[in-house]
Amino acid sequence: MTEAATCRPPRPQAVYFFATCVVDQFFPGAGLDAIRLLEREGITVHFPENQTCCGQPAYTSGFHDEARRVARAQLELFPEPWPIVVPSGSCAGMMKHHYPALFAADPALTAKAVAVSARVYEFTEFLVTVLGITLEDRGGPTKVVLHTSCSARREMGVHLTGRALLGQLNQVSVAQQEHEAECCGFGGTFSVKHPEISGAMVQDKVNALRATGAERVVSADCGCLMNILGHAAWKDRQEGRTRPSLPGEHIATFLLKRTGGAQ
Amino acid sequence: MSEKPLHFMPTEGFRERSKAVVENEFLQKSFRAAMDFLMTKRAAQFPDADELESLRRLGERIRQNSLDKLPALLTQLETNLTRNGIHVHWAENADQANAIILDICKKHGAKRMVKGKSMVSEEIEFNHAAEAAGVEAIETDMGEYILQLAGEKPSHIIMPAIHKTKQQIAKLFAEQIPGVAYTEDVDALIQIGRTVLRQKFLEADIGLSGVNFAVAETGTLCLVENEGNGRLSTTAPRVHVAITGIEKVVEKLEHVPPLFSLLTRSATGQAVTTYFNMISKPRQPGEKDGPEEVHLVLLDNGRTQPYADEELRKTLQCIRCGACMNHCPVYTHIGGHAYGTTYPGPIGEIISPHLMGLEATATLPSASSLCGACGEVCPVKIPIPDLLVRLRSEINSKPGSGSPLQGQGAGYSRLMTAVWRGWAAIYANPAFYRLYSWLVSRFNWLTPAGQGGWTSVRTPLRPAPKRLRDLLAERE
Repeated sequence: MTEAATCRPPRPQAVYFFATCVVDQFFPGAGLDAIRLLEREGITVHFPENQTCCGQPAYTSGFHDEARRVARAQLELFPEPWPIVVPSGSCAGMMKHHYPALFAADPALTAKAVAVSARVYEFTEFLVTVLGITLEDRGGPTKVVLHTSCSARREMGVHLTGRALLGQLNQVSVAQQEHEAECCGFGGTFSVKHPEISGAMVQDKVNALRATGAERVVSADCGCLMNILGHAAWKDRQEGRTRPSLPGEHIATFLLKRTGGAQ
Repeated sequence: MSEKPLHFMPTEGFRERSKAVVENEFLQKSFRAAMDFLMTKRAAQFPDADELESLRRLGERIRQNSLDKLPALLTQLETNLTRNGIHVHWAENADQANAIILDICKKHGAKRMVKGKSMVSEEIEFNHAAEAAGVEAIETDMGEYILQLAGEKPSHIIMPAIHKTKQQIAKLFAEQIPGVAYTEDVDALIQIGRTVLRQKFLEADIGLSGVNFAVAETGTLCLVENEGNGRLSTTAPRVHVAITGIEKVVEKLEHVPPLFSLLTRSATGQAVTTYFNMISKPRQPGEKDGPEEVHLVLLDNGRTQPYADEELRKTLQCIRCGACMNHCPVYTHIGGHAYGTTYPGPIGEIISPHLMGLEATATLPSASSLCGACGEVCPVKIPIPDLLVRLRSEINSKPGSGSPLQGQGAGYSRLMTAVWRGWAAIYANPAFYRLYSWLVSRFNWLTPAGQGGWTSVRTPLRPAPKRLRDLLAERE
């Protein structure tokens, strides 16, 4: 066994999949691909039917009672001691880093929140640090660019795992964009409260991603993807392009496609 | 020079001001270039991530120690400064601070003042008070001098004139300084400024400066600067008045070197600044220079408000390095003036609400994508994004239902509260959520094409025709 393997937590038989409301409603394909990838690794994936949203939109907007109500409903979804895999850095960050403080007024709920947050993994983090996944690239040569969300990077500290996964695909070159660590300008309700600032930020981000000449952008966060792809498509429309100048997808979809599908 | 202080609500016109900058391609490019330069310089000063992290932890602990013991340290500072022969004054607000300084001017018949760079003097709008009292207060920091000529406010706390081009400065000098011809040669421009200011130093009868660290155990005022104007302002005139916020105190002399190092490396990417002044006494018998009288004005001006709250108190850890603005994508896009506050950028968004009240600043905490870059670079580990979220909650909650902050509930809206309550009612109830999400997916063709701010630069958001839970159900 390699040293890295011995440092890893024991490989679980089963996980919970917390899809997030954005994936459930806007990127269901990404959620399904993430689940398929986990299943291909021999993991039983449980999708709690009663899951809704982590509560982050209300939390970051300053409506904490409302965030607490929604978060409270999620605390009961994970009775078994399995890891909770979240295909989004920002929702994982909310559950891992803000749930305990959100319930600070109630010791019983705090304990519950701490128990949940300790088991939360961002999807790429789980593949790399828990499963130690090995990927075999079956696609042709291509160039992609990876956008890592700010929450994955700074809150979860998992900015290296997405790159590590793509690095295993020997026909995939990963482009380096300017200002890689800079926010895409999404920020939840920030994007509608301050559309001019958010708009300028996403424009810079899309320009930087496109300037790499990559065929597509991949990201482990659907919030950023909504913003980035939404602006790229808007710009294409403005400039009369019929083919998307910057297509993109969740990293789960890309990884699954490159490695031969669900099997 | 502007005639009147700019008393305005930052919230009013924030959107218009930021929009104007965002649409100005020239400003976009110049802010981006300036911030890239500063970020690169800072990064080069911290090549070792572990060293940076341990130094930040140390900086945080020193600042938290100062705040934990603040009342006692301020008393100790006053005792030791007084023992050293430095007069200590306390000001609750801007008016009191201005009155104290102008009173000192009056006592000494001082009409000509040279000023070292001081953001606190900007905060109290001292120059306007001085002008009204017939005291000529000249800014001697080159950036501040340029802004004084232009009648503008600083747009950055470390590099106040960062929004100005050399062409603008060349024009300004040619127009405002008698006998000066237009030149875009930066060295020549600096020399012009130096020549004017050198004369002012010689003529001044009083000097004003800020303070970076006030050491309680020794009664020492530390001043960090690069141009030597701070040293001249504090030594050449007969009287020196220093002004600072009450939070700038540190307990021990040994606390200064780590903070000094964090400050210069974070702010300008310098290992050390050109000048570091330690002021401990007025001129002593037999000494050849130094002021005959030294005063310190300790200003509250709203600082006791965050001090009273365990979480918000972290705001006061700030050592004013400006790294949060240099790394902020919002600041990079809108510049400092758009904020309409003395302190712009992320630190401005969390401290201005205490200095100016939440009524005037209700928009500022929302002007962040919470990307966390500010918190990541903060040399004293202020959790800026968490404090922004906290302030958002104080702003949006019903007046009287939050913490006792001035203007709490300033952004309370019954409609928004109802919207979020409705949202929570759906999302906290799995059955309601299933119904709601089923409806929006099946009727996704009803999604409006115009979605407010979102669709100003993006295609509309449209739910997928089938949810993930539908796709999973189909697999079985």
